[in-house]
Amino acid sequence: MASNSAATDRLAAGVRQDDGSAGRRRSLRQSAEIALFLLPALLLFIVFVLIPLVEAVYYSGFKWNGLEPLTNWIGFGNYQLALADKFFTGAIAHNVFILALSLGVQQPIALALALALTRNFRGRTFMRLVFFTPYVISEATIGVIWLLVLQPHGPLDQILGAVGLGQFIQLWLADRSIVLTTLFVVISWQYFGFSMILYMAGLTQIPTELREAAAIDGASGAQGLRYITLPLLGPTIRVAVFLSAIGSLQVFGLVFIMTSGGPFHASDTMVTWMIEQGYTRTALGYGAAMAVILGAIGLLFSLLYQRFVLRRDIEGSITSFAG
Amino acid sequence: MSIAIHPESAPTSAGRAWRAINRVLLYAILVFVAALVIVPMLYAVLSGFRSTGQLAAQPLGLPDPWITSNYTEILTSGPFWQAFGNSAIIAVLSTVITLITSSMAAFVLARVQFRGRNAVFNLFTLGLLFPLSVAILPLFLLLHDLHLLNNPWGVILPSVAFGLPTSIIILRPFFRSIPSEIEDAAGIDGCTRFGFYWRILLPMSRPALSTIAVLAIVSSWNAFLLPLVVLSNPDTHTLPLAVRDFSAQYTQDTARVLAFATLSMLPALAFYIGAERQIIAGLGSGAVKG
Repeated sequence: MASNSAATDRLAAGVRQDDGSAGRRRSLRQSAEIALFLLPALLLFIVFVLIPLVEAVYYSGFKWNGLEPLTNWIGFGNYQLALADKFFTGAIAHNVFILALSLGVQQPIALALALALTRNFRGRTFMRLVFFTPYVISEATIGVIWLLVLQPHGPLDQILGAVGLGQFIQLWLADRSIVLTTLFVVISWQYFGFSMILYMAGLTQIPTELREAAAIDGASGAQGLRYITLPLLGPTIRVAVFLSAIGSLQVFGLVFIMTSGGPFHASDTMVTWMIEQGYTRTALGYGAAMAVILGAIGLLFSLLYQRFVLRRDIEGSITSFAG
Repeated sequence: MSIAIHPESAPTSAGRAWRAINRVLLYAILVFVAALVIVPMLYAVLSGFRSTGQLAAQPLGLPDPWITSNYTEILTSGPFWQAFGNSAIIAVLSTVITLITSSMAAFVLARVQFRGRNAVFNLFTLGLLFPLSVAILPLFLLLHDLHLLNNPWGVILPSVAFGLPTSIIILRPFFRSIPSEIEDAAGIDGCTRFGFYWRILLPMSRPALSTIAVLAIVSSWNAFLLPLVVLSNPDTHTLPLAVRDFSAQYTQDTARVLAFATLSMLPALAFYIGAERQIIAGLGSGAVKG
C-alpha cells in the first residue's frame, strides 16, 4: 500500500461522511457487522466461563449431589462446613506453605539464575534452553517420572547413598512431615525456568550503560546489583511474584498425580480436595462452596496486590515488556 | 553484564584470580542446576531401554543390554497413538478456534467505535481473575447437559473460552497500533471491513498471532484438570491422562511406564526445540500481559 497523502485522507473522510438516506442502512449494517465479529468469542465466553462461574456461587447454596432436583437450599451451610472441615483448612494451609516457599526460595533462585545467564559465557543459550524445558512438558508426565525417581530405594536414594548422604534419605512421598516439601521441590523443578525467563526478559530491558556508569563511579558489582539492577527490575519482580503466588493457590496436577493429597491428607491442596469432594464424591454443592472460597482468596489477593503493589508500575516504565 | 569495566579491574593478579574463581564457581552452579533438570528426564529415557528387572537390581545405570521392546511395544499398540491423536485434535482445533474468535473480537474491540465497547472489553478482562478450577464443577454439569462429556469439543470449547481474555488482551493493542491510514486506503480500494481484517490486519499481525498460537498449543497439549473431568472414557483420553492411566495399569513394570512417559514427552520437546524462540517469547509476554 503506497503512502497516502493528506488528500487521500480527506477523500477517505469524505467517503465516510456521505450518509444522508443511506446512513441508517449503513449503521444497521455496521451494527450487524460488529455483532458478527464479536459474537463467537462473546458467546463462548459467556457460556463456558461466566455462566459456570455464576452457577458455582448458586450451587454452593445447596446440599446437592448433582442428580437430584436442586431443592435443598442450605444458605451458607456449605461454607460453614468447609471452614469447619479440617482437611479443607489444612489444604489452605498447604497452599500457603507452597506459596511462602515459592516466594522465599523458588523466586530468588530463578532471579539468581537469570542474573547469571545474562552474563556472556559459552553455553548460556544451551543453559537457558535446558532450564525452561520442564515447563513445556505436561505435569502428568513429570509427575509420573518423579514418582519413580522418588520411590523408596529408587534412583534418588541411590544417588544420595553413593555420595555419602545416605543418612538424609527419606520416604519422600510417604512421610507426612516431608511430603509437602518434596512436592514443592518438584513444582519448582518444573516452574523455576518460567520465572527465570520473565526475569531475563526484564533484565534485557535495563540499559547496560547504567551499570557501566555506576562501575566507572566506583560502584562494586554488588552495589550495582543492589542500587541499579534490582530497583529497575522491580516491575518484573512484582509481576513474577504475583504469577508465582497465584499459581501456588492453584496447585493441582503434580499433587494429584504424585500423592492424590496423601498420605492421609498431608498434601491436599484446595483444588485436589475440591475435586475429591465435588467431582469424585459428587458433593457438588459442597465442592462449589470450596471453589468459591478458592476463587475469593485468589480474587482478594489479586485486588490487594494490584492496589498496593502493582499500582506503581505504570505502563511504559523502563522495564516494561516488549512484544 | 558489565564486569569488564570495573575500575579495580586494573590487572592486579589477585583481582584476576578472584574473578577466575568467581567464574568457575558460577559455571559449577549452572552445570549443577542443568544436571538437576536433565537427570530425571534422562533417567526416564534410559530406563525405557532397560528391563524392570534391571531397574530393580540397579535403579540407576545404563541399559545392559539395551532393550527396545518397551518402546516398540508401546509404539505398535493402540493406546499411545489414540491418545496422541486425541491430544492432537484437541490442540489443533483449540488453537485454530482461539485464533479466529479472539482476533475477530479483538479487531472490533480495537478499531471500531460502538457503544458498550469498553463494557465488553472489561467483561473479557474479568475472566482473568478466575481460574478454571473455580468453574470446573458447574462446567462439568453444563457439558453433561450439552452431551459434550467424553467428546473432544467438551475440552476444546471451554479451553478456548478460558484462553480468550489473555488472547484478546495481547491482540488488541497490536491491532490498535496499525495506522488507520492503511484501513482508509483499503476502504478506498473497495476493501470491506471483513476484507481489511482478513487480508490486511491478520497478515500484518503475525507476531502477535503466533504468540496466541503458542500459548494455545502449549496449554491445551499439557492440560490436565479439564480433560480429567470431561473425558472419563479411556478411548477419549489425551496424552497426559494416558500417561497416568498407563502408570496405574503397569505399576509393577517401571521400565515400561518410563518408556511411555518418555514417548509422551517427545512431541512437546520436539515442538519446543523447533520453536524455542517463539515459545519463550510467547509464554513470557502472554503471562505478563495476562
